[in-house]
Amino acid sequence: MTTVAVKPATMAQALTRAMRDAMAADSGVHVLGEDVGTLGGVFRVTDGLAKEFGEDRCTDTPLAEAGILGTAVGMAMYGLRPVVEMQFDAFAYPAFEQLISHVSRMRNRTRGRMPLPITVRVPYGGGIGGVEHHSDSSEAYYMATPGLHVVTPATVADAYGLLRQAIASDDPVVFLEPKRLYWSKDSWNPEQPTEVEPIGRAVVRRPGTSATLITYGPSLPVCLEAAEAARAEGWDLEVLDLRSLVPFDDETVCAAVRRTGRAVVVHEATGFGGPGGEIAARVTERCFHHLEAPVLRVTGFDLPYPPPMLERHHLPGVDRILDAVARLQWEAEG
Amino acid sequence: MTVMEQRGAYRPSPPPAWQPRMDPAPLLPDAEPYRVLGTEAAAKADPDLLRRLYAQLVRGRRYNTQATALTKQGRLAVYPSSTGQEACEVAAALALEERDWLFPSYRDTLAVVARGVDPVEVLTLLRGDWHNGYDPRAHRVAPLSTPLATQLPHAVGLAHAARLKGDDVVALAMVGDGGTSEGDFHEALNFAAVWQAPVVFLVQNNGFAISVPLAKQTAAPSLAHKAVGYGMPGRLVDGNDAAAVHEVLGDAVRQARAGGGPTLVEAVTYRIDAHTNADDATRYRGDSEVEAWRAHDPVKLLERELTTRGLLDEAGLEAARRDAEEMAADLRERMNQDPELNPMDLFDHVYAETTSQLREQRAQLRAELEAEQDGQEGDLR
Repeated sequence: MTTVAVKPATMAQALTRAMRDAMAADSGVHVLGEDVGTLGGVFRVTDGLAKEFGEDRCTDTPLAEAGILGTAVGMAMYGLRPVVEMQFDAFAYPAFEQLISHVSRMRNRTRGRMPLPITVRVPYGGGIGGVEHHSDSSEAYYMATPGLHVVTPATVADAYGLLRQAIASDDPVVFLEPKRLYWSKDSWNPEQPTEVEPIGRAVVRRPGTSATLITYGPSLPVCLEAAEAARAEGWDLEVLDLRSLVPFDDETVCAAVRRTGRAVVVHEATGFGGPGGEIAARVTERCFHHLEAPVLRVTGFDLPYPPPMLERHHLPGVDRILDAVARLQWEAEG
Repeated sequence: MTVMEQRGAYRPSPPPAWQPRMDPAPLLPDAEPYRVLGTEAAAKADPDLLRRLYAQLVRGRRYNTQATALTKQGRLAVYPSSTGQEACEVAAALALEERDWLFPSYRDTLAVVARGVDPVEVLTLLRGDWHNGYDPRAHRVAPLSTPLATQLPHAVGLAHAARLKGDDVVALAMVGDGGTSEGDFHEALNFAAVWQAPVVFLVQNNGFAISVPLAKQTAAPSLAHKAVGYGMPGRLVDGNDAAAVHEVLGDAVRQARAGGGPTLVEAVTYRIDAHTNADDATRYRGDSEVEAWRAHDPVKLLERELTTRGLLDEAGLEAARRDAEEMAADLRERMNQDPELNPMDLFDHVYAETTSQLREQRAQLRAELEAEQDGQEGDLR
């Protein structure tokens, strides 16, 4: 048996490749955003696309996020498949009106006659030492808007696979890219990309029997690290990667919680009104009799995102996750 | 050369070498609103076009009064009337070719009707049985946009996409004077000019944003002057002169189609009715102002031109009135029938493929409806 030596690829490279392959496969795919052309994006995720496909296909726009998304709506109305880059999470807010008032509603408003196949790529989350307005976790705002899909990869293979799916989707997808995982590496062959589960499916990244850590995006590696550390405490933790916040995979999440009987939701976004509350409520409503303890949340504190020199205190870390696991009422078992 | 590359390179240059990117003078709008009716220019206007515009104006006025009446009778949830603005509405529709796209705001239902869309489908939003009643792609008319100016970037993107595909399609986007204060107005005009997109922006300056007069909305010399800042020509036109609006829009559409880029047209008009049936205009303006504008009525202006020049006789006037009455009778009859409502439709168009959550919620509503029906049958027994 021969094994092909596969070089490690970064998440950023996989994302670039996904757009490149999508553009090569469909002439209707257009990339637009700030600095996405000549520069290749501030994170270099659109690197080489303008050169390969021309500036009509990968376009540097004026610096105006509502204008970027608003014109993408018109392009989609004419049959194109725009992929829009918002430069940073907190710079996407000017586009909110277009997203909420039009992008999310156009299919519904027109009884399915005019769907908008738009992918909105948003680098999100902290942990990169960004100054104010460069580290927000804005997923709860998007999740609260019916009509949008909200997707976030945590692995290199998912970065490629989910972005290809997002671009191919006839519905608008808010594609949240965990900034601090852009440079994470994995062995991944761009010539033979791994098939991944469809949007809407959660995946167990680490099997375990004691409790389930439910997480996504930037917090997945933290949870995997916590699960390793937990072995010393005698806990065998399962780690579930949601991948898709909307649609939400109740089936896989509930199956996991029913297996382990305990769950902790982990994310960077603030806890109050954050995704964890919704997830905990859904699990409790569906798996109440399987639960040995209340579903706990380990999240960012309920405060504006901290300055970079203090962000480590805000972000969920291994210790905070293990503290939560320790509070899952183990003594009641004895 | 690609579309985006045609703009050429502008590089920062040190102060001594600096010069304006273009001469702003040709972009400046007309010194006063351009007029055709009652001027020498009217003689050059095509009599057939004037007659067509007139027939549409008469229909349009009747449509406005009928829709207002239907609102008073409870058949429409709300109606933002374009009475007094019919020249703009009709000219916008008639200035476009079949393949072009129209981007209306909520006050522009008449423009959509004049484009040939069934009025019952157009009024769906305002009746409230769904958000949008017509097929946008079939008619090349975007849904009526309620959040102000948000439809303008859509028009730019669509026109840009058409140009990228090599189609000579023009988008005409409609907005009011209040809408020009919105950020999306600015962003749309800027994108359109940078991309040289084939778009025409028609601002109907009807004097008021609900109750707020233009003086509280802008300090610009005119709304048309705003075009200069974006690097596109501005035009100022008498919005109650259907021939003038049609000519100015027609020129702008032709220029856009030929690759000449976007134009901003300010049509000066007046909202004769209140903002909607739910508004009380007497709180912010006097009758004398309204009466002065009634004397400059778009239907009367064109009628005077046609009759004094012998282009339309009494029989022609009567035919236009009869046609409008037939349209109104048909609209009345059809709007007086209750729309067919299926609550289950609520779940059908949220996503291409529904979610497990929506499936559960759909089943819940179905069960509630069945229980409701059983209850009613029980009452009958």
